[in-house]
Amino acid sequence: MLDLASRTAPDGQPPMLRRPGTPALIRAGVIAVLFLFVLLALPQLLSLYYIDAMTQVAVYSVVALGLGVLVGRVGLVSLGQAAVLAVGAWVAARLLFATTQPYPLVLLEAGVITMVAGTLIGLPALRMRGLYLALITLMLAGGITVVLATTNFPNGGHGFLGYDGSTVHIPAIRRPSIAASDPAYFRYSVLVAALMFLLVFAHIRTRPGRAWAAIRQSEPAALAAGINTTLYKLWAFALASFVTGVAGGVLAGAVHYLYSIGFPTQDSITLLAVVLMGGAYSMWGAIVAALLLQLLPALLNNWGVSADWLTILFGIGVLQVLTTAPAGLADQVPKDLARLGGLVAGRLRRPAPSGDGSP
Amino acid sequence: MIEVEGLTVRFGGVTSLDSMSVTFEPGTCGLIGPNGAGKTTFFNVLSGFVRPAGGTVQAFGEDLLSMAHFRRARWGVRRTFQTEQAIEELSVYDNVAMVHEHARVKGSGRRKDVLGALEFTGLRADPFARVGTLAAGERRLLEVARAIVGRPRLVLLDEPAAGLPDEETAHLAEVIRAIPGHTGALVILVDHDMSLVSACCGTTAVLDFGKLIASGPTAQVLRDEHVIRAYLGTAEVL
Repeated sequence: MLDLASRTAPDGQPPMLRRPGTPALIRAGVIAVLFLFVLLALPQLLSLYYIDAMTQVAVYSVVALGLGVLVGRVGLVSLGQAAVLAVGAWVAARLLFATTQPYPLVLLEAGVITMVAGTLIGLPALRMRGLYLALITLMLAGGITVVLATTNFPNGGHGFLGYDGSTVHIPAIRRPSIAASDPAYFRYSVLVAALMFLLVFAHIRTRPGRAWAAIRQSEPAALAAGINTTLYKLWAFALASFVTGVAGGVLAGAVHYLYSIGFPTQDSITLLAVVLMGGAYSMWGAIVAALLLQLLPALLNNWGVSADWLTILFGIGVLQVLTTAPAGLADQVPKDLARLGGLVAGRLRRPAPSGDGSP
Repeated sequence: MIEVEGLTVRFGGVTSLDSMSVTFEPGTCGLIGPNGAGKTTFFNVLSGFVRPAGGTVQAFGEDLLSMAHFRRARWGVRRTFQTEQAIEELSVYDNVAMVHEHARVKGSGRRKDVLGALEFTGLRADPFARVGTLAAGERRLLEVARAIVGRPRLVLLDEPAAGLPDEETAHLAEVIRAIPGHTGALVILVDHDMSLVSACCGTTAVLDFGKLIASGPTAQVLRDEHVIRAYLGTAEVL
């Protein structure tokens, strides 16, 4: 018989009523401390050079986060995210020159407009995935690069494009009045990035996250569960494009001047490589990816090493991820550290046997 | 009641279902047949994954084939898969909640329904454990829990006992038998395990090469000479 009566939760109350466990609280505490450290202490410790680099890290962590949603959650490989970032930056720059709207509003508008554009890029995803989707998104990114090279980024000119090729004095893209200095703007970027992380976290932990997990593993299973796979795939593209568009807006203020040459198509490929290396399945992976993409070149520059070496390094990194650590550095490093800690603790507890491991 | 009339499915030159006409009465019905007989194709038609070349399916008076595939789950079609499709990345609870939240069930608590469905299957795993940590038998039960949560009307079980040891199959048989009484749904069970089909199903239909060759009370169908011939080969070959 079905023994329904004996099936009560071990602690005597329904499982959903359990309070969050200690590990969850510790994790939340660690995140809060880290966030406060980055927000308050880091700008005090770093030179302006590294503060600028870290602002870029904040921007690109959001871009990587968006790509992580597509690749890691839904299983859609997009090679057009750097172009989506360029669209966000363009829209934000245009709005910042044309209007006196408050910065957060401009970021929101840039996000929404980029969301529409990015969702259009995602339309092919309804029919294909894998290599073909990657190729189509790469072509679209190439198309956007070409258009941007022709129209240029707004530089305070008039008309729809806002570009004036004859102007000598190019005004800088404005920043929010509360974040005019570089350290203040860094803090502003971190706050915006944190909001985007929260937005994505809220998606992953609720209905869309569950639907995406189902779609990634098995579309038939998702359909059989009543999931409108078309809607949720477009939703993923919309979310990824929205956060990337907002990141583009932050980028516009960070660099003050935007040039189409700064958004080459191959950036999208490098972006996918670092996202895979960082870990597409975890939100920490997005931060690792951004550090690889922005902090590492800054360090190399400072040490007088050509950043071109990174292409080789990223190639090896992706190879390593594909062969030994499919969930990326964000997954592997904590595991390796735990293993190392266990080994060290084991050695300390009892002295190493003399004949251990020797032939 | 599910009334199938003249259902035909072709894949290129292969006719997987050949004007199949059958009526499934409320309760648990078996659907058996040799490999390649068209059982899973029939389920795929009901789920909306395969568009039939002809025929109709009336489910409780509604035209099932005119509904979009994902809407059928909302209407009440649930299924399990031959190769079990529990979503590894999600917890046990989320796997079931995922079905519930798309089923648009009105006037009931999700947590209560989800935990109730898990309890019904007798799955003893922690609801918050990841599915990746579950054993094969537990995943099969989880799939059943997904199939019965949130007011299902038609539950399609595609070889739910494949690869299970005998004692787990016996437990599964009890669960399957209890589904119609617990949910009010009509259950169609596809399996090669005749003892499971006999134990669960009052009536059984038999497919062979896409054709319905027998249907009726299970004991009677299993003694039918056409059915025995379909499973064991024809006299001419011997």
